[in-house]
Amino acid sequence: MSTARLALRAGRSRGHIELRQSVTNGGDLFNHLLWPALMLIALWFLRDRPFGPALLPSILGMNTAMAMVSMSQHLVADRDDGTLLRARAIPNGMLSYLTGKLISVTGGLLLDLAIFLIPALFLVHGLTTDRPAAWLTLLAMVTLGLTATLPTGAILGTVFATPRSQGILTLPVLAVIGISGIFYPLAALPGWLQGIAQTFPIYWLGLGMRSALLPAAAVTTEIGDSWRHPQTIAVLLTWTVIGLLTAPAILRRSRL
Amino acid sequence: MTTDIQVTGLHMRYGHTDALHDITFTAHRGDILALLGPNGAGKTTTIEILEGFRTRTAGHVTVLGTDPAHADEHWRAHLGVVRQTWRDHGKWRPRELLTQIRAHYTTGWNPDDLLTAVGLDNQTNQPIRTLSGGQRRRLDLALGIIGHPRVLFLDEPTAGLDPAARHDFHHLIRGLADTTVLLTTHDLDEAQKLATRLLVLDHGRLLADGTPTELTGHDEVRWTLHGTRHTQPTDHPARLIHDLYRDHGDHLHDVDIHHASLEDTYLALTR
Repeated sequence: MSTARLALRAGRSRGHIELRQSVTNGGDLFNHLLWPALMLIALWFLRDRPFGPALLPSILGMNTAMAMVSMSQHLVADRDDGTLLRARAIPNGMLSYLTGKLISVTGGLLLDLAIFLIPALFLVHGLTTDRPAAWLTLLAMVTLGLTATLPTGAILGTVFATPRSQGILTLPVLAVIGISGIFYPLAALPGWLQGIAQTFPIYWLGLGMRSALLPAAAVTTEIGDSWRHPQTIAVLLTWTVIGLLTAPAILRRSRL
Repeated sequence: MTTDIQVTGLHMRYGHTDALHDITFTAHRGDILALLGPNGAGKTTTIEILEGFRTRTAGHVTVLGTDPAHADEHWRAHLGVVRQTWRDHGKWRPRELLTQIRAHYTTGWNPDDLLTAVGLDNQTNQPIRTLSGGQRRRLDLALGIIGHPRVLFLDEPTAGLDPAARHDFHHLIRGLADTTVLLTTHDLDEAQKLATRLLVLDHGRLLADGTPTELTGHDEVRWTLHGTRHTQPTDHPARLIHDLYRDHGDHLHDVDIHHASLEDTYLALTR
């Protein structure tokens, strides 16, 4: 067996072990539960607002985009404690490390989405969850969301030297969430802010999730009265392609 | 004799500071080289250049016939690296991590056998962050040798080990037949016991390169005769004293033998 295949197999086992650790370790488990719990509380208080039903899919989209932050956090922490150095000290170690990370971050995200979505479905009514197309669209959004955000997350992971400086990332992320039509319709914002928001994946993932789970009539609150699927796919694929094209070179050069 | 490490005119500069000047040495298959020197002498920098983790400023370096600056993953598979401090994989367990790292090599130790060999057979499933300093060090060594490396780099491998653990470690290193070892240490006794060759580095310059015997020098006999103090180096102090007594009898006073030590040589070189 070639050494690269050995490394891919080792990466798969690394991913499973990391995922298992994240659900058996108190601190990690708390992190898995905290964010979905806060979002459920928000959902409960805002359930009777006009934008209430839209909030659930919007949060789902936002959480999917957070894979970027999660990937970046993992890389920064692993560089800080020497895990990445260990990876560089063994043959094909970076290949196996990144394979493992893709598996564990993806698995962790799916878990976080489920922790939020399952109780949320009992709080919010009027969603189109009985349509198979709804779930297919949701799945497509999660997939596109991951491919769009994970490579960029890995790039961001090379920017920050320590977990503490990584904290700076929180501010711009919160700002982008604030203008991405998650907690109120994007149309309520000035045009230039709408323009900025539409360059990031969060808005499009929120829109895609709303298109999956809301009845057709809800489209009237969206820009152009349309779910804009072609544009959604185009923007997310652009992030994917640019990320995949630049991440390997940046990761190599940063020497992590 | 196979040359595993060849360093010629190695130079390293950080900004305006020269960390290494014109370092030249060679290691053959099976050699155990100890790199000695005060903190900041350039030991870790040298090792990191050989490991391929740092790009040198000038000079010629090959490890297993390949320049570390342009080496591939196949080359890396024959290297073992134990750095000065590791604190990675704290949530993992020793057996789990050894099995994970072992999976990258086509040949190597069985993780359980290796855990026994380094004396961690009671800690196989204990979270790594709860290991003691010495246990962690032994795990790092195990991780460094699990792929049967042909060249092993050890940066202060025994710092923080208790005497028994240190003894076991020496035993383990001597048992690595056909492995070329380059280690750094502050423990001169360890260097003398373990190494086949010693390199003394200070302020980025190589001050000495030789076998422990060559660097240790000669014993010295000192005595007083008719109020005058004499000193003479010798490899046979008992014979010298016998001859002196035969010639001078009770006029000979204050005879003592100063045993040569690596420490004397080391201090003379680095002060």
